[in-house]
Amino acid sequence: MSTIIRILDLAREYRMGDERIYALRGVTLDIRRNEYVAIMGPSGSGKSTMMNLLGCLDTPTAGEYWLNGEEVSRLSDDALARVRNREIGFVFQTFNLLPRATALQNVELPLVYAGVRARDRRDRAVAALERVGLGHRLEHRPNELSGGQRQRVAIARALVNQPSILLADEPTGNLDSVTSEEIMRVFADLHAAGQTVIMVTHESDIAAHAERAVVLRDGRVESDRLTRGAAA
Amino acid sequence: MRPLEAVRMALRTIRAQKLKSFFSLIGVLIGVTFLIAVVSIVQGMNRYMVERFANTLVGANTFELRQRPSITTGEVSDSVELEWRRRPRISYADADYVRARLTTPATFAKFCEDRVSVHYEGKVAKDIFLAGTDADYFAIRNYEITAGRAFTEQEVQTAQPVLVIGSELAEKLLPNVDPVGKTVQIGGLPYRVIGVVAKQGTLFGLSLDKFAVMPFSAQGRRLICPINILDALIVRTDNPTTMQRAMDETEALMRARRGLKPWQPNNFHFETAEGALGTWKKISRILFLALPGLVAISLVVGGIVIMNIMLMAVSERTREIGIRKALGARRRDILAQFVVESATLSGAGALLGIGFGLGLAFVVKAVTPLPAAVAPWSMLVGVALGVSVGIAAGVYPATRASRLDPIVALRAE
Ligand SMILES: Nc1ncnc2c1ncn2[C@@H]1O[C@H](COP(=O)(O)OP(=O)(O)OP(=O)(O)O)[C@@H](O)[C@H]1O
Ligand SMILES: [Mg+2]
Repeated sequence: MSTIIRILDLAREYRMGDERIYALRGVTLDIRRNEYVAIMGPSGSGKSTMMNLLGCLDTPTAGEYWLNGEEVSRLSDDALARVRNREIGFVFQTFNLLPRATALQNVELPLVYAGVRARDRRDRAVAALERVGLGHRLEHRPNELSGGQRQRVAIARALVNQPSILLADEPTGNLDSVTSEEIMRVFADLHAAGQTVIMVTHESDIAAHAERAVVLRDGRVESDRLTRGAAA
Repeated sequence: MRPLEAVRMALRTIRAQKLKSFFSLIGVLIGVTFLIAVVSIVQGMNRYMVERFANTLVGANTFELRQRPSITTGEVSDSVELEWRRRPRISYADADYVRARLTTPATFAKFCEDRVSVHYEGKVAKDIFLAGTDADYFAIRNYEITAGRAFTEQEVQTAQPVLVIGSELAEKLLPNVDPVGKTVQIGGLPYRVIGVVAKQGTLFGLSLDKFAVMPFSAQGRRLICPINILDALIVRTDNPTTMQRAMDETEALMRARRGLKPWQPNNFHFETAEGALGTWKKISRILFLALPGLVAISLVVGGIVIMNIMLMAVSERTREIGIRKALGARRRDILAQFVVESATLSGAGALLGIGFGLGLAFVVKAVTPLPAAVAPWSMLVGVALGVSVGIAAGVYPATRASRLDPIVALRAE
């Protein structure tokens, strides 16, 4: 299988006054197409930092990031916006839906920035919502949806532009265990359909859904192994 | 992102915050209201002054040879007033002299006027303008006779005590009877009413139909003019060119007759419709000069308000901006979104301002005798100004929004 993500000695440090905080201290990692990777580790170990770098929301202070054979860590703002729009689907712990927009409008948003015509946009957004089981909630606003439904809208939004990678930073962090299981099933289905998925989680039973678990500690990779789920 | 998308997005945001949006565009609204109302009223006044005021008082292609101006709207200094009073008056002989020598074809009327009371069977009508004049006066004034007839040259020459009256005088003094043939009293002398003039309407709310016209030669003329003295010689020609020529000729004739040296100024005055407009033109010029200033101030204030509202919007919606950037919005998409939002907001303010301005103009028209004429160009200018102010006010906040770092923006709450 082909490599979709290659990071080499990726580092991210923050300066707070005179103090330097090393959130990521040189991580090297390959992720292949259609892999399902769980990123784990204690709080403050650098998981979110790494996801934001992978999602091109943030730029590294050192190291390289190759996405689909392109070095993206030094791209311009607008080029990064394009990569975020076309290559990456990001699912957040706090959903990050636009509160005044309907489910459909939220899902259409990446297509708006991709310059897709209104009619095609609607069709594709409806299809994405149907794929996560929300075909009957198109006109609902986020506050008219349950937490699980909100996260499904966010997943539909992440998927609608057919990204190369789906990134999720603790997608079940704000959900109860039953709803979490439902969301994990959605990710499992997406992975089964060929989607590359990288997910941050604290919980090992959530991580068990993935094929591979990368554990970070203090901004470094502590372990990188296959999970029980990989055998299935 | 497609351009229409930004407008649609802006409208959605504005609709979601109607009250706040309304307050934020009040400055622009006031500016444009001002613009529309002032332009409408001034334009209306202009048309009114040209069509009604000037032509009613003097008439088209007509000039009046007078001792001094009769229509003075501005301040007149004491020395000027004194000089006017010292001038010789226009005599019958002056009028006949000019009339006999003018080569440009023209119609003439000697003219005297004053306010009198008219009596009929114990009733009295006060403040009636009584004119003593020639038979051609009716033609010069375009008076249409609705009942009876005008007096003739014959009657002027034989000094008949006949009277042609305005419609309001007829209605007030002689209601429910045919005025023609009735005898009324002015200054103790009897006059026979022979005709009624069609309704002339009002000027600034004052009736133009409270008048009576008699032959200037009629007995009782003492009431309005000293003997052999005229208020004016009225001269009417066919068109503006001949009028100018007639006026030039009259000037030369009068100067010669009065033996004025080349360096001496005229000691007589020509009154024309154009001249009567002079003061008004000055006023409207001042209004039009002051208008851009007033509008500009409101628009600048409006722009500053909108800029602040947009800055607030940017900081309130930092998270939204972060989300949009995370989903692939480029700097220029965010920039366009906020600039268009600001321009739409301000444009909406301008549209409301046009509505308010028109409303104001029509209220003024309804409650005062002033007319209002809407100038389409002022509406276009209003919208263009509104949108431009919005764009100008939106650029800075939008730039700030577009430069936000996606991660920082996403973390904001
Ligand atoms: N904007 C920032 N400025 C300064 N330090 C930061 C910033 N963001 C993260 N850090 C620091 O970087 C380190 C890694 O943070 P990160 O958010 O990646 O941890 P995490 O593994 O996601 O933790 P959690 O499981 O609690 O979400 C932490 O020590 C954190 O304090
Ligand atoms: Mg985290």
